[in-house]
Amino acid sequence: MTRRRPNWIAGIGAMFWLLLVGLPIYVMVSITVQTRAGYGQNGPISLPDTFTLENYTGAFSEGFGRYFLNTVVVTASVVAIVLLLVPPLAYAIVRSRSRFTSAVFRLFLLGLAVPAQAVVVPIFYLINTAKLYDNLLGVILPTAAFCLPVCALILSGVMRDITSDLYEAMAIDGAAPGRVFWQLVLPLSRGGISTIAVFSALQAWNGFLFPLILTQSESTKVITLGLYNFQTQHGINVPGLLAAVVLSMVPVLLVYLFARRALVQGLMGVGGK
Amino acid sequence: MATTTVAPPLMTEERRSGRRSGGQNLGRPGFAWALPATLFFGFFAIVPLVLVVVLSFTSWSGIGSVEYVGLANWRRLAADPTMTQSLWLSVLLTALGVAVQTPLSLLIGVWAAGHQRNRAVLSAIFFLPLLLSMTAVSVLWRVLLDPNFGVPGQLPGLFGDGNLFGSRTGAIGVLVFVSSWQFIPFHALIYQGAARAVPAVLYQAAEVDGAGRWGQFRHVTLPQLRNAMITSLVLMVVGGLTTFDTVLILTGGGPGTDTTITAYYMYEQAFKSFDFGAGAAIALLLVVVATIISLIVVRVSGYDKMRSTMEGL
Repeated sequence: MTRRRPNWIAGIGAMFWLLLVGLPIYVMVSITVQTRAGYGQNGPISLPDTFTLENYTGAFSEGFGRYFLNTVVVTASVVAIVLLLVPPLAYAIVRSRSRFTSAVFRLFLLGLAVPAQAVVVPIFYLINTAKLYDNLLGVILPTAAFCLPVCALILSGVMRDITSDLYEAMAIDGAAPGRVFWQLVLPLSRGGISTIAVFSALQAWNGFLFPLILTQSESTKVITLGLYNFQTQHGINVPGLLAAVVLSMVPVLLVYLFARRALVQGLMGVGGK
Repeated sequence: MATTTVAPPLMTEERRSGRRSGGQNLGRPGFAWALPATLFFGFFAIVPLVLVVVLSFTSWSGIGSVEYVGLANWRRLAADPTMTQSLWLSVLLTALGVAVQTPLSLLIGVWAAGHQRNRAVLSAIFFLPLLLSMTAVSVLWRVLLDPNFGVPGQLPGLFGDGNLFGSRTGAIGVLVFVSSWQFIPFHALIYQGAARAVPAVLYQAAEVDGAGRWGQFRHVTLPQLRNAMITSLVLMVVGGLTTFDTVLILTGGGPGTDTTITAYYMYEQAFKSFDFGAGAAIALLLVVVATIISLIVVRVSGYDKMRSTMEGL
């Protein structure tokens, strides 16, 4: 193999893109370690001449501790619902002979095309009627529901790769569907299950529209909504606001560092298919 | 050849005897396994989809009772210039987004698909915007581009009069830029995955035929990325038409109604003016437009009879 000559154009393009992505993120972090007064004098693109963590502690006294906790509750519940509902669903989609099941699969495919924006008005109506307005449960339920189509598609794709020999072997042993599910299907689709867990966790953690229309008080606020309100109310406290932005991405960053593969697959959803 | 009565039922050809024997379905899950998820999804996605049609013929202010008003909402929207404008704006923003994001994410994705060490390190940084929520990204850029306290204030001249949010062109530019900044990494990932799956034989063959770097890109990479491109386009179109967070946080639909796209107009009518009937009608229109455009993309690109890129290998 001949050594390829370096690709200068691509190199320059890559550097340009690095600046475009890296610079704003660097500026964001550097603003958060300046005092509010220092930022006021220096502006966004000067080098910080002070160092402080007060913006981060300040974010917590502004209520972000509470928002963080709410977001954790929403995320954990959404993931729990998805993990409870989707594996049996995907198993049925792949293995069931019932005519209803193929109709169900088409229903979920149809669901892929329904944007959440399209149904916020009726969902607001339903949640209101169910007396779940301004209740975290009211955010959790629709968020989880809107994760289902993508998760069902990912997981049934994974389960389809289990060879039918394995199913037949278990069937000869007289295994009931429950046993096949626990002993064969679940262990062999662990990768797909972690993908849908990460996917739904991201949807819940970053979700904005449902919390925006379904909650209103401090006690039910999630991080994204907190950022939005923080911006409209304290437009001037830029270092504090950006510290909250940085805090909101820390958990995702941790997953990115330790489970990059699962995260990328989870981010991609069906896009990677 | 053994007869079916002798052979154990499960060893016979799977599909042939169907439901006849009963033994065929042994060990197979019934419909009950799919039931909980279906009911849950049906209640929060399918029922609302029906309800949005019903609500579009009613008047409701969020409290009190829902009243049937016939075609009143629809008549009002048909005569509403903001509504028509919002549809065009949604299409314009989507088209601009596609035009900006497709070439860039294609280049970055193909570049990042290389297995060089420096590319792997840089890609890790390139994909950072994906870790931020759309809300966080919008808030960040709102701060950075703020006319008084942001970068334009420090670098006067570079941004015109410094107030990007004050003019129609500026505001649209900001929206296109910010969504591109966040979503190019996502689409680049799609292309990266597809580019890595291109069989190396094809490049070797092209090299033998004397194709240079550009020739290989043009005649091997691009055709092989066809399916990835369609996937990416459909996601861009649906995502672009339903853009909401960025508009709410960055421009608030302004200046005036210059960036009031359909999804944002729906929010404004329903949750700010408390006219949920009109909101439902706009939402319904949004679904219809998004579906039609996706169908056109799918039909024109031939996604419905997606050709395998592995043909002839």
